[in-house]
Amino acid sequence: MKRFVYLIPLLVLMVVGGFAIKQLSDVSSGKSVRDLPSVLINRNVEAFDLAAIEGHELGWGTKDLLGQVTIVNVFGSWCVACLSEHPFLMHIKEKNLVPIFGIDWREKNPQDGPRWLAKYGDPYTRIGGDPESKAAIAFGVTGAPESFLVDKQGVIRYKQTGPINAQVWEQTLWPLILELRKQ
Amino acid sequence: MMFRALTLFLVLAAFAPLGAMAVEPSEVLADPALESRAREVGKGLRCVVCQNQSIDESNAELARDMRVLVRDRIQAGDSNEQVMAYMVDRYGDFVLLDPPFKASTIVLWVGPGAIAVLGLFWVVMFYRRRTGEGADDVAVKTQAAPLSDDERSRLDTLLKDNDA
Repeated sequence: MKRFVYLIPLLVLMVVGGFAIKQLSDVSSGKSVRDLPSVLINRNVEAFDLAAIEGHELGWGTKDLLGQVTIVNVFGSWCVACLSEHPFLMHIKEKNLVPIFGIDWREKNPQDGPRWLAKYGDPYTRIGGDPESKAAIAFGVTGAPESFLVDKQGVIRYKQTGPINAQVWEQTLWPLILELRKQ
Repeated sequence: MMFRALTLFLVLAAFAPLGAMAVEPSEVLADPALESRAREVGKGLRCVVCQNQSIDESNAELARDMRVLVRDRIQAGDSNEQVMAYMVDRYGDFVLLDPPFKASTIVLWVGPGAIAVLGLFWVVMFYRRRTGEGADDVAVKTQAAPLSDDERSRLDTLLKDNDA
């Protein structure tokens, strides 16, 4: 008993140290500490309608997502990581892999989004403007880019925090899309 | 001189809380009662961009939009609890600066207390062993037996050798 008491501080240290090591290895393996589990997984997308951005005829609303597997992508012309993700979204568009619904989030000037798309290319099936974060808050967004995989019934099935790249696509998104299409 | 320093300190202290507020005049509701409820709610909601500030303290644009949303919902007739629930529904418990007591947060709430109790227990054990019951045992064990004649003569030789 006496010896065990002396071991307690060591055990506490080992538990605390274990958590620290886990966190550090998550960060070094590329998993951001900002990745927060979304409470919205397996829930329906909230009802909203987004107005079209300048130069585009159609915005979109929750109803437009139904009947097909879709990706909802939150972006902004001010967002540097969105530009790094952009070529891969263009690739998805060119290969016609899955429709991407864009949320043009919090542009300072309503023309910034359209200009950005004209300059780099438009990978989106439809785009809605979200200057006041209405849709962003509905999706529990904390930063851009964030993407959501939505199934045929309009249920959110996966959240990708940060850019979509080839690795995320091949390991996670594409297999999940194929699976959701069968349902 | 002393008085002057004290006055300066008090003036600064009075203004300190204002410096930490990011609520902009254009956001403030006309009805002071509703605005004070909005402040109440805002103080308890985490800015999900900066994470260690409340939305009332944060200058982040998303925090601003959340403040506006809080006011929209309060004006639409939501209670403070309903507004909080609305945010938790989308961002999880994480959005609350004061996390609720439940299974997933039990370590957070109980942990520090448990460690304190454990520490106290350890200290009590430590002092009881020294002064309370069992103290005689310890004294007997730690009090050295007197040296035998043989040992004393060996010690004398060693000390003499050392002097030489």
